[in-house]
Amino acid sequence: MDNTNRGERWDMVIRPRKGWFDIDIKGLVHYRDLILLMFKRNFNLLYKQTILGPAWIVIQPLLTTVVFTVVFGNLAGLPTDGVPKFLFYMAGNVMWHFFSQCLLTTSNTFVNNSQLFGKVYFPRLVMPFSTVLTEMVNFAVQFVLFLVFLIITAAKPDSGIHANWQLILLTPLLLLQLGVLALGFGIIISALTTKYRDLAMLVTFGVHLWMYATPVTYSTSMIADSYPQLLGLYMLNPITPIIELFRAAYLGVPRYSYGYNLLSVVVTAAVFLIGVVLFSHTERTFMDTV
Amino acid sequence: MSNRVLEVDGASKEYRLGMIGGGTLHGDLTSWFARVRGKDDPNVKIGKEHLAHNQRFWALKDVSFNVDKGDAVALLGRNGAGKSTMLKLISRITAPTEGEIRIRGRVASLLEIGTGFHRELSGRDNIYLNGAIMGMRRSEITARMKDIVEFSEIEPFIDTPVKRYSSGMYVKLAFAVAAHLDPDVMICDEVLAVGDLAFQQKCLGKMSEIARSGRAVLYVSHNMRTVSQLCNRGLYLDTGKLTYDGTVERAMELYGGSSARSVSRNLDEVPRYRDRGDTMRMLAIDFENTQALEYDQEGCMQFRLKCVSHIPEPRLRIRLILQNSIATPIAMTQTEPFEVAAEEEFTKRVKFPLDGIAPGEYIIKLSLIAGTPRGRSTYYDTIVDVSRFIITDDPAVNSGFIWNESIWGEFRLKPLIME
Repeated sequence: MDNTNRGERWDMVIRPRKGWFDIDIKGLVHYRDLILLMFKRNFNLLYKQTILGPAWIVIQPLLTTVVFTVVFGNLAGLPTDGVPKFLFYMAGNVMWHFFSQCLLTTSNTFVNNSQLFGKVYFPRLVMPFSTVLTEMVNFAVQFVLFLVFLIITAAKPDSGIHANWQLILLTPLLLLQLGVLALGFGIIISALTTKYRDLAMLVTFGVHLWMYATPVTYSTSMIADSYPQLLGLYMLNPITPIIELFRAAYLGVPRYSYGYNLLSVVVTAAVFLIGVVLFSHTERTFMDTV
Repeated sequence: MSNRVLEVDGASKEYRLGMIGGGTLHGDLTSWFARVRGKDDPNVKIGKEHLAHNQRFWALKDVSFNVDKGDAVALLGRNGAGKSTMLKLISRITAPTEGEIRIRGRVASLLEIGTGFHRELSGRDNIYLNGAIMGMRRSEITARMKDIVEFSEIEPFIDTPVKRYSSGMYVKLAFAVAAHLDPDVMICDEVLAVGDLAFQQKCLGKMSEIARSGRAVLYVSHNMRTVSQLCNRGLYLDTGKLTYDGTVERAMELYGGSSARSVSRNLDEVPRYRDRGDTMRMLAIDFENTQALEYDQEGCMQFRLKCVSHIPEPRLRIRLILQNSIATPIAMTQTEPFEVAAEEEFTKRVKFPLDGIAPGEYIIKLSLIAGTPRGRSTYYDTIVDVSRFIITDDPAVNSGFIWNESIWGEFRLKPLIME
């Protein structure tokens, strides 16, 4: 075996191990069309053979919002910072729905695609990225619905809504951050579930519990009033400042320090980086364990 | 040496059997905690010591070879020799345990027909999706769409969901995409087994064209006819080691004779399914009066099977299941029952008349079974892949016709009788 041409230029060298930070970004860029095609496929397939079709995108959050309004708003009588209950819950719900859907779907990446991954190589990150794109479209539909309700309500006098136009401009950034955060958590979990299937169980109800640690069904001001000393701890949940800022922008609820948002961005970046590193490390050999 | 497109340098792949982690976080944590405290691992099953040495095995050990432009390389070997593992390493599906693989250019691997096809999508959408999965840009696919559709011969159905396709159409479409990927190295694993003969020929033609046009093909198949037609180089893998690298003719000889040259084969070491072989075990087989395990039509195979039994059994039989070259069972036959005592080592000489088996390549599966008269049978030991053998074509026996197994099947019935 001559190894004389070791110094020659090769397009790809496959080695047993690679560094933790050896992430195939070039490959991901090359496969960007696949991300889009997978996104298109997800979207086309999502509601095949359902009667109501894409209407489900709207029905799910709408019904949840109605239930929240009735249970938490009317029965429990939780205050909603002086804005109409329905819009208050809808704002939280639309954001949370996006986050939880991204998280749940991306966390199953390896297990759901093991058939495909076992037969052909492409950068595995393509799959979670396309999932998040799909969910963004779902979000967009729900968001438009939210805007419709918002405009109808705000047109009435004394609606209690004070939209903050400057903050509204931040919406794309908030959405991006939420998507990146969900992607980060999702791929961490997906990397771990290749070895530990129990995590898949944990995620499903963990997301449910997480929702109650997030101001979806109540307002942060309740925490601030009842347990002011715990507010800092509460704000460590990186989703909380995102939802709060979103509500502040569109509904005009009281806003908390931007410092919390900065912290949330830092946490998001950290989670995402850990996720990508863990995911890239797992994708090389997961076929042997899955 | 800029002709080189692929270098495999000392590639090895180790698999761990059984212990692929506890599978649950709790299991791994308790094992780890026990280790920390210096106690026995609570998750290790007691009484399985004899499996312990089996828990790691090398699917590939120190394999090195090069592929240059224009090479059409056949990768031959018995089932479990490591061919598929090798292809998986080159396709980057899993990483090698040791060694290095260097690639220049684009690799298209067709380890399975229609990878990533989605049943609900139309043929055209699937071409895009499948092409993109294999690394083509969208614009490249659009540019080649016409050629792909033409090659696949399914133009009228291109906008129909593939779930309505026949399996033949499916294969045609999938191969068409891969063939137009314009790869520098094309890897094919047994994918042409489906599809009609004419299309098979067309695919082989396309692959030869790829090789001739200065690219490389790496081909795995048990179908020697396609191998000899396509390949100009042969590699022979035996239990994870590359034992031959040279002409395709010699590699095919090794492959055809690899079971034959070891006219006696040690069956004791062959891995079994679950508890098969615990109470009774086949130890070795000797094929007699043959050099290459090639038999004439209507001939007779003869072998001696050495076994050991730990329990008494009054009605033991040796059962033989005939399988075709891709391990699909075709027929079964067995011996008369005989008696064995406990802790007895016995050797039986068996004759297997080959009447009616069509020319081609077959695999023998052997079992030690006992059956009650009411039809219940107990399997003591089973080996799926005891040996391959070949029945040579003899047109005289077939009334002057050359047997065509892809159309006529693997069994030759008695002649029709005209009144």
